[in-house]
Amino acid sequence: MLLLKKEQLLAWLNKLTQAYQVFAPVNEEGCVSFKQIEAGDQCTLDYTNSKVPPKEVLFPRSEYLFCYRCEKEHVELKEQIDEHKKVIFGLRPCDARSFLLLDNVFRNERFQDPYYLTRRKNTVLVGLGCNQPPATCFCTSLGSGPFATEGLDLLLVDIGDRYVLEVLTERGQELLSGMELPAADQEAREAAQKVKEGAAVSSRVTLEGLKSKLDVSFDHPLWDLIHEKCLGCAACTYTCPTCHCFDIVDEAQGNEGCRVRSWDACMFPLFTLHGSGHNPRPTNKERFRQRVMHKFKYFVDNFNATACVGCGRCILNCPVNLDIREVIAEIQGTEVRSNKQ
Amino acid sequence: MLIKMQDITKAMQEKARELLQNKEVELVIGFSKGSLPLRYTPCFIRQPEEAEKLAWGYGCENNLAVYLRKRPEKMAVIAKGCDSRSIVELIKENQVKRENLVIIGVPCRGMIDRQKLSRLLAGKELREAEIKDGLVAVQGKDISASFPLDQLLYDSCLTCQHPNPVLYDYLLGEQVPARGSDTFADVAGFESRPPAERRSYLMKELSRCIRCYACRQACPMCFCEECFADCSMPQWVSKSSLDVQANLFFQAVRVLHLAGRCVDCGACDRACPMGIDLRTLTRKMVRDIQELFGYTAGISLDEKPPLAAPIKTAAGHV
Ligand code: SF4
Ligand code: SF4
Ligand code: SF4
Ligand code: SF4
Repeated sequence: MLLLKKEQLLAWLNKLTQAYQVFAPVNEEGCVSFKQIEAGDQCTLDYTNSKVPPKEVLFPRSEYLFCYRCEKEHVELKEQIDEHKKVIFGLRPCDARSFLLLDNVFRNERFQDPYYLTRRKNTVLVGLGCNQPPATCFCTSLGSGPFATEGLDLLLVDIGDRYVLEVLTERGQELLSGMELPAADQEAREAAQKVKEGAAVSSRVTLEGLKSKLDVSFDHPLWDLIHEKCLGCAACTYTCPTCHCFDIVDEAQGNEGCRVRSWDACMFPLFTLHGSGHNPRPTNKERFRQRVMHKFKYFVDNFNATACVGCGRCILNCPVNLDIREVIAEIQGTEVRSNKQ
Repeated sequence: MLIKMQDITKAMQEKARELLQNKEVELVIGFSKGSLPLRYTPCFIRQPEEAEKLAWGYGCENNLAVYLRKRPEKMAVIAKGCDSRSIVELIKENQVKRENLVIIGVPCRGMIDRQKLSRLLAGKELREAEIKDGLVAVQGKDISASFPLDQLLYDSCLTCQHPNPVLYDYLLGEQVPARGSDTFADVAGFESRPPAERRSYLMKELSRCIRCYACRQACPMCFCEECFADCSMPQWVSKSSLDVQANLFFQAVRVLHLAGRCVDCGACDRACPMGIDLRTLTRKMVRDIQELFGYTAGISLDEKPPLAAPIKTAAGHV
């Protein structure tokens, strides 16, 4: 554990921007998101959590996969793989965990996604512990926590005028080269410990038994009503650090264009609309069920993990205050009923 | 006299219970207490004994008219001034059957803008709030403050000319006085800026757009079977958000599609998770429709929507 004075932070960030693309929380009109910064003073570490999660650094809202030009006899292709070295600075532990979950999707037996994986490989994660978790966070129920280190390379613990820096990996160590930081003394360690103990996550969900309930609930009447106030937008999925659905389209003009991948959402009817006009998820009921099932059942089936890190963004951003914690509680409260009944 | 929110809540519960008990309706759409401080959330009540979930307060910010289309059953809805105006337009557009709908009107004193509050709290988290005598007392970790209610209301509420429902079957509470007339000074201010400046302001706002379409989904009047933004043959607008221009184009067309239909309820603006200023566009259009056609949306069932009626000019009908 090392010690970093707050006044050293700027110089460190400035130095990092020389060698890396640094993505850090930036406040635009009260809306905090991870943006590439040119200098350390552009970033704010005084924030609860970003509006849009840092997943957008590795898996952008929209990205070119490749561009092409068709000539008479041949096609010219240019792949767009982003190989820049990056640092995501000041992300929360829950968001670091989300990358571990996303890894399953983009790197598994069936698929290797070079776009995500190249960025992932070249990105170092510097976490910032949460001294004051907001009331909408329930990360501790999902295997994370305000000072969880899983997935991070470095963790900053704010102890007032200084940060206690936990070096977690060699890549993290590399970011500190030339810094010659002192080791955290006894007093600083104790202060960090106190900060950690004071950071209570008050909100909880019960995951125990949830998956086995969902296993047999596809046809349960609970789905008829639970979605009713949902408007079918993508405020929840686009701001969720674990949601990862996408759409691929060609944006072309004349004989040249690019293939673009953009976020898509299971809450949109278009997401499952077939070319024939048939839609296997014709109403909001099926779409809302899909969102819940994917997070708490299918992802568990596929990767043995729940696709939620308890960041609370969907709760804060839903225009009708449809609270995922209440949805979980309601499912937990229903009687188990077999699919076949 | 029903002025207190608690009294309105009680009256609302009683009316809902009665309507359900007498089988006059199968469903009551209203609000219940939400899961965040100051927040209320849309709720759907089908059993008389569930009516006690209904609640009324300064966080009933959603426009419930958005839930009324394509429902076969007889239902009742809680309607503020703006909700009732959207209902009027929906009836005129044959989207809602008047005879299937019981409108429980509630005069509205304005709703609290939690974003304004959060700016005042400089990002500190609100944990609890209490409203008394026109003051909002807020509590949180390291905060304890009190703000005049008026300072916290949505801009759309501060310019609202129709806080009282324009169409209703029952009215809960006393009519509230409308605020001083809406001069659209904000629109005039925007228009007075050079075109390049206006454009760069809108581009800057829309650069944050993530294309979640919460604005569209929250609007009671945005109900096209297939939104032009979703259409792929032909593709009218880029599906990606790489190009801010496309975000602006989406918004511009959305707003134009609402000409003479938008009631300036502000639901789209509120729904936007990115805090993008959508009202500058919607209000410009509302004001233009008033100036060009002398029409204000959602005021009367008889007045023809401007784009459906023959255009009157100095020379007569066209
Ligand atoms: S489902 Fe909600 S709480 Fe869970 S990770 Fe996604 S946004 Fe966060
Ligand atoms: S943000 Fe809310 S309204 Fe929008 S799709 Fe998600 S749950 Fe539904
Ligand atoms: S465009 Fe916005 S302000 Fe106008 S009716 Fe729709 S939601 Fe309300
Ligand atoms: S709600 Fe906001 S972010 Fe979402 S599509 Fe509309 S303007 Fe864009």
